[in-house]
Amino acid sequence: MQQVGIEIKNVIKEFPARRGEEPVRAVDNISLQIYEGEFFALLGPSGCGKTTTLRMIAGFEEPSSGEIILRGKPVQGVPPFHRPVNTVFQDYALFPHMTVLQNVMFGLEMAGVNAREARDRAAAALEMVRLKQFDRKPRQLSGGQQQRVALARALVKQPAVLLLDEPLGALDLKLRKEMQYELMQMQEELNMTFVYVTHDQEEALTMCDRIAVMDRGKVLQVGRGNEIYETPHSRFVADFIGETNFIEGKLTAINGKKATVVLPGGVEVEATPDQTGTSLNSSVTVAIRPEKITLVHVSLPTDQGLNARVSTAEVMSAIETEEDRTFVPGTIIFSNYIGTDTRYTVRIGESSTLIVREQNFGNFKDITFKVGDQVMVFWATENARVLIQ
Amino acid sequence: MATRSMAIHIDEGRIRRDLTVRKAGKIGMILEPLFAYFFLWAPIIVLVIFSFNDSRSVATWRGFTLRWYGNILSGAVGAEARFSTELMLSALGTSLVVALIATLIATVIGTAVSMSLVRGNYPAKSLVDGLLLLPVVIPEITQAVSLLLFFSAIFDFVGTTTGVRISPGIGTVIIGHVVFNISYVAIVVRARLADMNPHLEEAASDLGANPWRTFWRVTFPLILPGIISGALLAFTLSLDDFVVTFFNSGPGTTTLPVYVYGLIKLSVSPEINALSTLMLLASTVLIGISMALQGRNAGRG
Ligand SMILES: Nc1ncnc2c1ncn2[C@@H]1O[C@H](COP(=O)(O)OP(=O)(O)OP(=O)(O)O)[C@@H](O)[C@H]1O
Ligand SMILES: [Mg+2]
Repeated sequence: MQQVGIEIKNVIKEFPARRGEEPVRAVDNISLQIYEGEFFALLGPSGCGKTTTLRMIAGFEEPSSGEIILRGKPVQGVPPFHRPVNTVFQDYALFPHMTVLQNVMFGLEMAGVNAREARDRAAAALEMVRLKQFDRKPRQLSGGQQQRVALARALVKQPAVLLLDEPLGALDLKLRKEMQYELMQMQEELNMTFVYVTHDQEEALTMCDRIAVMDRGKVLQVGRGNEIYETPHSRFVADFIGETNFIEGKLTAINGKKATVVLPGGVEVEATPDQTGTSLNSSVTVAIRPEKITLVHVSLPTDQGLNARVSTAEVMSAIETEEDRTFVPGTIIFSNYIGTDTRYTVRIGESSTLIVREQNFGNFKDITFKVGDQVMVFWATENARVLIQ
Repeated sequence: MATRSMAIHIDEGRIRRDLTVRKAGKIGMILEPLFAYFFLWAPIIVLVIFSFNDSRSVATWRGFTLRWYGNILSGAVGAEARFSTELMLSALGTSLVVALIATLIATVIGTAVSMSLVRGNYPAKSLVDGLLLLPVVIPEITQAVSLLLFFSAIFDFVGTTTGVRISPGIGTVIIGHVVFNISYVAIVVRARLADMNPHLEEAASDLGANPWRTFWRVTFPLILPGIISGALLAFTLSLDDFVVTFFNSGPGTTTLPVYVYGLIKLSVSPEINALSTLMLLASTVLIGISMALQGRNAGRG
């Protein structure tokens, strides 16, 4: 598992300037190590260079500088048809003049596999993606079916690496969820390296072992889904993956794993400082996920409220005993019921607001909050992170 | 029409504009021959009608006959006409040989040129692109004369250096036809190629096909309608060409249009009308097939 399958070393890709335009640096000095058998995601917003990176691995583009190493061999100058890599294109790129079976057999024919074996293997690959319409032309298939053909066509060659460029982008939500699940299963079964391009953070989190978050040609952070979600190193990553509150303030103290940040209006909050080190008195951003924040009423509810999930008294005692929490008084200014959760907007300090997600457990109406309520907001200090801007 | 639809979309972003230009180009490619044929219709209709006129006189209608068509084939010709079936058939043969060979060569070269224009990436590309249009826009007479000068310069040079004397003939006619046909083929094939999803070729390459096999297994089948269409256009232009042929054929080589011209210099006989009607029919059918093929969408079965 830990054997490196694809190594990308300081790769830059610059497209030459068109008339009257600046040259485009689509990929700006990225380095990545992708392990054998790994389901690896390239995640980032549109235009960040995901496709370009993939195309360099496939061999459709050559890096302007830097090196790509596939299974220990530098592949500079090796044309696509000699690379042990297959691609599932975003638009599928099925050959319109060939049937489904002919499409899937194509790669085997090119490899010199004899017709009968090619047919058998292609049929097996189509079976694996659960497709039966062997003799149809691609345009007679639905989007989901075309996607399966594209997958079978790439898989049938049993490449060391399968590159997938937003392969589910054109499918509706339900089919997409199904295909996500099937792709994950298939990847596990075949034990192939998948490099999966997507701009959908949820898809990347659901499917992939590790994620590289890209922005404007750079890789900002690489890690497992939970690492990236829980400990984003930059504001961009925190913002791109999931929902995050950013509150601006001034760093006033660092005490081991605890940093103190003063918000406008003088409210103090505590958070975990970033490893990269932040200098005192600089402006910083505290990032905290909405679901990591808890709300309690400041004025205790009457008797009826006490059979709630956690009695207010218990909460208060937790507040007293645990030290690594930060408490801030606030006011509910907006409340939005969204089924499983309720999203509250809470004003803290002078001008900062927080989005807080409270799960709607059971049926305890008494503990829900109304606009205008005075509340106490608290979070575990380790869940709030100080980011440099 | 083309410019009007461009003006409507011009503010709506570049992609829209590019698409419109492409669409306008396509429409233009279909409309342009239609317009040409429209203005040709009037005299042609007269010609066709009088090819069935039961009278030697070209001026008055005397009833329907197929006699002139019969004369063309049988050679039974009236006394004052100098029409000879034998000469006509030999001219037709020359025309077909010239058109076939010129079409074949021009189709291969034109397809290659269009491939390099659409897929290639080299500094002088826009220059080649512009030069490609040249034979389509410059007057045919200019082309004919320049070819004539070019050939005589070469023949002179060969004559003085090696002592071998070459004179113009069927070879120079074929070369002349190839020269203008390349442009037409390349323009038609290029439209088809530009329509094709470039990822298809990448997919083939990704699946292990080298460029040669990619071309024959993927590109060629998909642009084939364009190639056939271009070839038919070239074949028709070649069959119908008079000016370039006339200037570059030398004494021995007579194609059908040149033969007809020779007949007309003597007198306009109904057989010429009949023969011209047949040539018109052949051209129309060929162009019709060519246009039908161009209209079919690239990238679909
Ligand atoms: N052939 C090219 N010539 C010039 N610029 C290009 C070329 N290909 C890509 N670019 C530019 O490089 C940048 C990155 O493009 P790329 O296609 O890699 O983005 P992406 O992350 O795949 O985006 P998306 O999610 O929209 O597919 C973009 O700004 C794009 O315009
Ligand atoms: Mg892309």
